[in-house]
Amino acid sequence: MKRKHQRMLLVGGCVLGLSVATILVFQAFRSTGELFVIPSKIAAVAPKNGRAFRLGGMVEQGSLQRLQDGTHPTVSFRVSDGIASETVTYVGILPDLFREGQGVVALGKLASDGSFVAQEVLAKHDENYMPPDMADELKKTGWNPNKGSPPAAALWNAPKVSG
Amino acid sequence: MGAVNTTSLPAGNTRNLHRFANPGQFLRLSGKILPPIAAISIILASVGLIWGLFFAPSDWQQHDAVRIMYVHVPAAWLASFGYFSLALASASSLIWRHPLADLAAVEIAPVGAAFTAICLVTGSLWGKPMWGAWWVWDARMTSVLVLFFLYLGHIALVRAFDDPQRGYRAGAILALVGVVNLPIIKFSVEWWNTLHQPASITLTGAPTMAPSMLWPLALAALGGSFGFSALVLARLRAAVMERRIRALTLAQIRTGA
Repeated sequence: MKRKHQRMLLVGGCVLGLSVATILVFQAFRSTGELFVIPSKIAAVAPKNGRAFRLGGMVEQGSLQRLQDGTHPTVSFRVSDGIASETVTYVGILPDLFREGQGVVALGKLASDGSFVAQEVLAKHDENYMPPDMADELKKTGWNPNKGSPPAAALWNAPKVSG
Repeated sequence: MGAVNTTSLPAGNTRNLHRFANPGQFLRLSGKILPPIAAISIILASVGLIWGLFFAPSDWQQHDAVRIMYVHVPAAWLASFGYFSLALASASSLIWRHPLADLAAVEIAPVGAAFTAICLVTGSLWGKPMWGAWWVWDARMTSVLVLFFLYLGHIALVRAFDDPQRGYRAGAILALVGVVNLPIIKFSVEWWNTLHQPASITLTGAPTMAPSMLWPLALAALGGSFGFSALVLARLRAAVMERRIRALTLAQIRTGA
């Protein structure tokens, strides 16, 4: 075997070994990589004794209530993961992208009544990008943004083809 | 290990692998292809960016903020691609002792670091108005920040030794160790829940983006790739010529004295 091939095996072996080690480490610490806890996992995963954590999910349709706490804008909504949902209250200004049907990540604590009191609410957006007129077309064909993401991009032109 | 040099290789191998490693040959060839690569880069990137920033439609929910994508996404792709090419150069340096590979690695790292910095800064500028936060420690953002530090580490490490060969060796090992970060960046948005959305453009599925936005993005990304190559080529040419000047000056001093 030439020294060149020995070096190739050595480098290849090291990269392979390192990759396997990294995969094992990440498997072991899987949950620490998660940014947020989904509502159905709160009981199992969320930290106890009133420590803050991030709650994530979709804002449930029809759950958003705008209240007024003195002079502060206050909102209450339910965050759902499709299995369970959690009531969130928040005093402050919501990001522009916030709406029913949108993904959100809220930082806060569980109150004594089991609801989630947020001190920060971030909005997620999905991986779909489309011009406003295309969104209007989709709304005409029955898509409701407050219920969830638009249909797959490959289908956007389908109504025109069939119609 | 250090005893192996190019002259001990069989003639056939020398012709195959080391043809492009000859610095003189490299200077001649790169001198020819660098101007067209730079011109293509400027044309494609200008068309893509002007199209994306001024003429492409806005997004139905993000409005004009979506236009940051035309800078952010090409920078992000090239940050990862640049690191992959750094790892390839490092592997050719360690395995084949390719004479130009060490210099290539040294010159790729600052360019890759610059693209990663552009990706991080534009991502932050995009995140604040849309998500509501400049920065969140989610898996995608953290892994790209690690990529940035890997680049900076490589830049520092290759210059940290009195003997440049030892610096090249240490840098190559660091670059190859850091390769495990690339799949982590790519799949971070699938393996963990993150604030960052999943990829819109994948090898396996149809893009989840209107064609009127996809075209300018593709042009900007292509222009960015040519720009990345042009910057690395120009830096590499300068590095080869610097070496040559140093060797010539040393020879002159020796004969003159």
